Amino acid sequence: MASGVKPRVKVPKSAAAGETITIKTLISHPMESGVRKDSDGNVIPRSIIHRFTADFNGQNVIDVTMMGGVSTNPYVEFDAMVPEAGEFTFTWYDDDGDIYTDTKSIAV
Amino acid sequence: MKMTRREVVVAGAGMAAVSMLPLPAFAEVPMVGTAEEFLGGASAGEGGITLTAPEIAENGNTVPVSVDAPGAVEIQLYAMGNPVPGIASFKFGPMSGSQAASIRIRLAGSQDVVAVAKMADGSYVQAAKAVKVTIGGCGG
Repeated sequence: MASGVKPRVKVPKSAAAGETITIKTLISHPMESGVRKDSDGNVIPRSIIHRFTADFNGQNVIDVTMMGGVSTNPYVEFDAMVPEAGEFTFTWYDDDGDIYTDTKSIAV
Repeated sequence: MKMTRREVVVAGAGMAAVSMLPLPAFAEVPMVGTAEEFLGGASAGEGGITLTAPEIAENGNTVPVSVDAPGAVEIQLYAMGNPVPGIASFKFGPMSGSQAASIRIRLAGSQDVVAVAKMADGSYVQAAKAVKVTIGGCGG
């Protein structure tokens, strides 16, 4: 179980209609890769966030699949189109079944 | 019910096939395979994709990488020298502003980072960048 998982998202407060904005997302997570071994030589089981999605008013912006090769506290930066005012929904899917979400609204 | 030897052998083989299927809980987790799997026999062209990565990364635990492929529907990233080469895949939806993304990755040592993009017309392009890593980032 990953503890202290906290998503952080940076979205501009407002944008012009049809503008392309840059969104920066970060979630604090150990991202245990599943290839490391502990001091006894046992493999530490994988515990990562394997999927991240961003949606704007229900339409998909980006769908990221992540493996153990992604760093601790996965940071993803991408661009989104804003045709109208609305709400971004960000969802992270943990290996242990937890789902973390964050929402940010944007004005036009 | 009486079973002949032949029936027992066939039934046993069926059970073994069922037990070899991946567990349902595991099958839900999406995976990033190898570049060969992503290409599916097609060959990747050059150009139309930009992969930005540092020439020298002091710490292999967090190497910032960004990739930009205008017109791509999906981009996959690989670290050819990692124990698990597949790193991440980006699928771009209808609301994406550009087919570009940045992410921080782990590199086990100095190696090539490869990005393969699948274009909207079904063709593939790839870009590679050699990254020198001072301290590897896989805890090995």
